[in-house]
Amino acid sequence: MRTSIKNFSYLFLPLSVLALLIIINLIKGADYFSITMVNGALYGNIPNIFFGAAELVILSIGMTLVTAASRGQDISIGESATITSAIFVLFVLQAGEVTLFTILVGFLFSCIAGLALGAFNGVLVSVFKVQPMVASLILFTGGRSIAFMIDGKLSPILANDISNKIGTVIPGVPIQTPIILTVLFIVFFAVLLKTTNLKLYVETVGINPNAARLNGINPKKIIFLTFLIMGFCTAVAGFIAVNKAGRHDSVNLLKLIMMDAILAVAIGGNSLGGGKFSITGSIIGAYTIEMLNRTLLRLEIEPAMIKVFKAIFIIILMVIASPVVRLKIRKVVDKVRSGKTAVNQSKGSTPLSTANIARKKEE
Amino acid sequence: MLSETILEMKDISKSFPGVKALDSVDFKLRKGEIHALMGENGAGKSTLIKVITGVYEKDAGIITLQGEPIHFKAPEDAQKKGIGTVYQEIMLCPNLTVAENMFIGRSHSSFVNWKQMNEKAVQLLESLSIPASPVQELSSCSIAVQQMIAIARAVDMDCKILILDEPTSSLDEDEVQKLFVLMRELKERGVGIIFITHFLEQVYEISDRITVLRNGKLVGEYETSALSQFNLISKMLGNELEDITKIKKHEPVVSDTTVPVFESKDLSSSAGVRPFNFNIQKGEVNGFAGLLGSGRSESVRAIFAADKVTGGEVRIKGKQVKIKTPLHAIKHGIGYLPEDRKDDGIIDDLSVRDNIILTLQVMKGFFKPFSMKQAEAFADEYIEKLNIKTPNSNTPIKSLSGGNQQKVILARWLLTHPEYLILDEPTRGIDVGTKVEIQKLVLKLASEGMSLTFISSEIEEMLRTCSRLIVMKDREIIAELKGTELTENDVMNVIAQGGKTTCAHR
Amino acid sequence: MKKILGILLVLVILGSGVLFAAGQQESGLIKVGIVNLPPEESGYRQANVEDMNTVFSTANGYDAKQTNTMDNSEQIAAAKGYIRDGVDYLLISAANASGWDDTLKSAKDAGIKVILFDRAIDTAESNYQAALLSDMAYEGAKAVEWVLGLGLDPINLILIRGQMGSAAEIGRSGAVLDAAKAGKLNIVADGTGGDSWSLEEARKVVEAAIAAGKDFNVIYAENDGMAQGAVQALEAAGITHGKDGKVKVIGFDFNRFALRNVQSGYWDADMQCNPRQAAEISKWIKSGNIPSGIIYQEELLLTTDTITDALIDQWGINADPGKGVITR
Ligand SMILES: Nc1ncnc2c1ncn2[C@@H]1O[C@H](COP(=O)(O)OP(=O)(O)OP(=O)(O)O)[C@@H](O)[C@H]1O
Ligand SMILES: [Mg+2]
Repeated sequence: MRTSIKNFSYLFLPLSVLALLIIINLIKGADYFSITMVNGALYGNIPNIFFGAAELVILSIGMTLVTAASRGQDISIGESATITSAIFVLFVLQAGEVTLFTILVGFLFSCIAGLALGAFNGVLVSVFKVQPMVASLILFTGGRSIAFMIDGKLSPILANDISNKIGTVIPGVPIQTPIILTVLFIVFFAVLLKTTNLKLYVETVGINPNAARLNGINPKKIIFLTFLIMGFCTAVAGFIAVNKAGRHDSVNLLKLIMMDAILAVAIGGNSLGGGKFSITGSIIGAYTIEMLNRTLLRLEIEPAMIKVFKAIFIIILMVIASPVVRLKIRKVVDKVRSGKTAVNQSKGSTPLSTANIARKKEE
Repeated sequence: MLSETILEMKDISKSFPGVKALDSVDFKLRKGEIHALMGENGAGKSTLIKVITGVYEKDAGIITLQGEPIHFKAPEDAQKKGIGTVYQEIMLCPNLTVAENMFIGRSHSSFVNWKQMNEKAVQLLESLSIPASPVQELSSCSIAVQQMIAIARAVDMDCKILILDEPTSSLDEDEVQKLFVLMRELKERGVGIIFITHFLEQVYEISDRITVLRNGKLVGEYETSALSQFNLISKMLGNELEDITKIKKHEPVVSDTTVPVFESKDLSSSAGVRPFNFNIQKGEVNGFAGLLGSGRSESVRAIFAADKVTGGEVRIKGKQVKIKTPLHAIKHGIGYLPEDRKDDGIIDDLSVRDNIILTLQVMKGFFKPFSMKQAEAFADEYIEKLNIKTPNSNTPIKSLSGGNQQKVILARWLLTHPEYLILDEPTRGIDVGTKVEIQKLVLKLASEGMSLTFISSEIEEMLRTCSRLIVMKDREIIAELKGTELTENDVMNVIAQGGKTTCAHR
Repeated sequence: MKKILGILLVLVILGSGVLFAAGQQESGLIKVGIVNLPPEESGYRQANVEDMNTVFSTANGYDAKQTNTMDNSEQIAAAKGYIRDGVDYLLISAANASGWDDTLKSAKDAGIKVILFDRAIDTAESNYQAALLSDMAYEGAKAVEWVLGLGLDPINLILIRGQMGSAAEIGRSGAVLDAAKAGKLNIVADGTGGDSWSLEEARKVVEAAIAAGKDFNVIYAENDGMAQGAVQALEAAGITHGKDGKVKVIGFDFNRFALRNVQSGYWDADMQCNPRQAAEISKWIKSGNIPSGIIYQEELLLTTDTITDALIDQWGINADPGKGVITR
């Protein structure tokens, strides 16, 4: 009972923001949750959100782990995903005929590339103790040029049936494939967290690397591991993104997505300074951002102002989430809960009066 | 004796989720007195002073400073009103210099330049004979020095009240005396001092009055001279303490042919201890004695590979092994409770449960997490065994009182059932009752066959538990003392002479 | 240690290669310095840089050096370097429209002819010889003219803009906004693909319009990627588009995949934004007859009716998916 309440308070921020957005959308149109069947697949606002946020959700999961262990952020995730997907496309196209097998092998290669890129950042951060943002700046700056070279200086087209199915729907399956892939990915992570000590190790390293070492955990290895996982996440996100787009656009693919991923981690109630984390929070955070983007469009805010509105909303969100305000809120809640104490509290600042104390003694 | 009251607290209450830390507590501090605040771990001492300085907001009650009701919103306000405080957990910035830590953020410290600040720092450091340079980074100082610097920061020659929460826990006798000289001087000037400690001798040496708390409630206020040590303890514990002297030391049976559980030859580490030889037998309790900075901690850290090992060889039960990282040490059955609880011990945001199972979990392996039920069972077992005061095992360790945090770390290592357990200052910040419990526990573990190294700034404590003392000076082993009749004086003499004796005493 | 030596060795080899290349001086070639943006900037730039490389080659009689960077000060430094090297012509596509006055003047003093391409610079016209540009307003006007000529009544259009405030966005949006003001069409949704002209954002703009129950029959997306995203939204919602569909779709930039989509009737039209200024500039240089002031390129609009394989081949940019292949 107690733990469930605690967990709830952890997710209070993302859930309340989500609720607020839902209310706004419901006011704009009561049929917000309505879902219809279009061409054999579920269609509606909710499926659209799940579809649109697929890559962001996956990258937020990796970003949560990197943040927790290394106390910093990987800003090269969009670029990594662009490189891994370039390798995927390169393999699929040079293989000639596109079969499920070539797609799978291509995906495997892109995963290896993702791990390699993660390892690159990971070594810089864990062994050479470079700040994560600075370390990932290298790939962030050069990543798209690398992808561009892999692409043979063109934007190769991935117009084939299987890619199309991965990017949209498989006939007979009523749910869009990227949504299914996201769910599979989340399940994979849930199992990973359940069957390993990843969470305990990562949190320990993020909170107190010194103590972690003295208790037999190698902080370097754990930080490196989180970057490897991040690399895997970028490969999966790149795979989904490029199949959605049907072609490899090394210039714009998942551009600036690290901003939203970092934001998702923060909205999820996670400290960007590392330590304890909640993947559930980040996932909800990612969907919240997707919903926020769509809500701004739904409110028909003019294009020139849309960034400003998003920024304002996020600033408000971050202020509410800040420890200072949270503490204040908790105090207010405490006071409301115990009215009696609140009365005494307010009298604490008035000059000491014996009557006052006497009254309290009686209680 | 009618002296003027400077600080008065009435009916102070403070609750945390699941704990009533203070329950209608009254407290009075007079001008020019040294007032000891006593109580078990978790009694509410630190909470009381944090309520004064505004770190915590009280739930109820009134505080008056020289007749004026006060209500500090933040600790800086308290400092501005002339209340200097040294908190139990050192709250300094490790990556700033000593001088910066001493002056930055203080009320009237509008230094125009660094040079001036450093000069002032040198004066202050000298007056307290703190062995540190103002331009040195704080993290490069030992904890004892850091603690002295925290004191230097809090002490303001024209403050009205000085609050010291366990300032002496990591100091040795000399430094304690320096601190006491300073405290007496301040007292002469009419400063009221609140002094928290678990060292009873210190209380009797310096304090005028004692206020005792138990379980968040006020037990009473007493003149120190009118309260016997025996009575003080029973007031703190609520019952009588078992006679410490009854504790029987356990002597391991050692013959020349017995193979030591652990043995090192010419071991050295990056922390700068001279290559040393060391061994410990099964069921033996030994200790490292020496002044602060003599290399006690550095030696055991080398054994555990907590610092980078730079040379020497190590045998476990006669077999040569490589111990290059703490993990190797743990895997070879060595446990190490570090001296610095805050930096090396607790994982502050994690629950008591996670903190207890951490090392056992690491030993079990990355892919084999304990079930929640199992983890809870382990945690509950040790919360009970060591009498750890916490609402439940899910509470973050950072919200426990200092002494209870220490018990959690101890629980962590006991749970791993090491063959050889190193305890560096295990009783730091632990109350008298529990101290005795821990000493008993050490002897019990030894009688069950565990080998232990016990380090303490209180030589008394080591004499009670250790059958062999290794004396260090200037990062070098200078003597090894054996025998049941050793006294504190014997040890101090050896340290003072600094002679190279390896013979058994008497 | 071995590793470090290895790396050093590689560096030395690379360095000497560069020195060797720099030391090469062939006579009889026209010396050209090209200051451009890097291919990573956009699909347009990829084609543009490629075009510069092929046209200004040794085989064509040029000794050309290129600097491709997003950073205006680096660009200026490169330009100054070329001026010191004594190039004959300086070709510039500036990252930033301002801050170039001094550089241009010193080029002029050195007798170097400056030709701007693709991007204009805010400076007196006397500071450069000629500028070969795309007229974004013209592109917009031509596309809107096509929309108006579709014979739809009323015209309910979704406008998907590019990066707000960019020259292309201002020109291409301007024509639509003017037509709307004149009452010739209705803008039912006005969105943007953001700074990265994002496919995903464009898709969301259309999805939001559909969710709001907007009735629309034209999608005007200011680049091909965004048109693609918009059409993905239509597909998912089961709304027909293209040649025989309800919603007419136009994109910009002449990516070959977009042109193939038009050819297949999956989309309806595409407006060119020509990145190939090199041939024209080369022609000016070779003939010695360089015009002065701003010259706009002729640009095409292709529809399902006018499109041909030859045109796709000649004018398209980027990879060609092949005839009949639709990029969804
Ligand atoms: N921030 C906090 N959140 C929750 N509980 C707290 C917090 N601080 C203290 N407590 C609880 O209040 C009680 C009193 O703690 P306090 O730190 O005052 O003890 P103490 O007398 O200083 O003990 P010690 O001698 O161990 O330092 C303890 O039970 C502790 O767990
Ligand atoms: Mg305390």
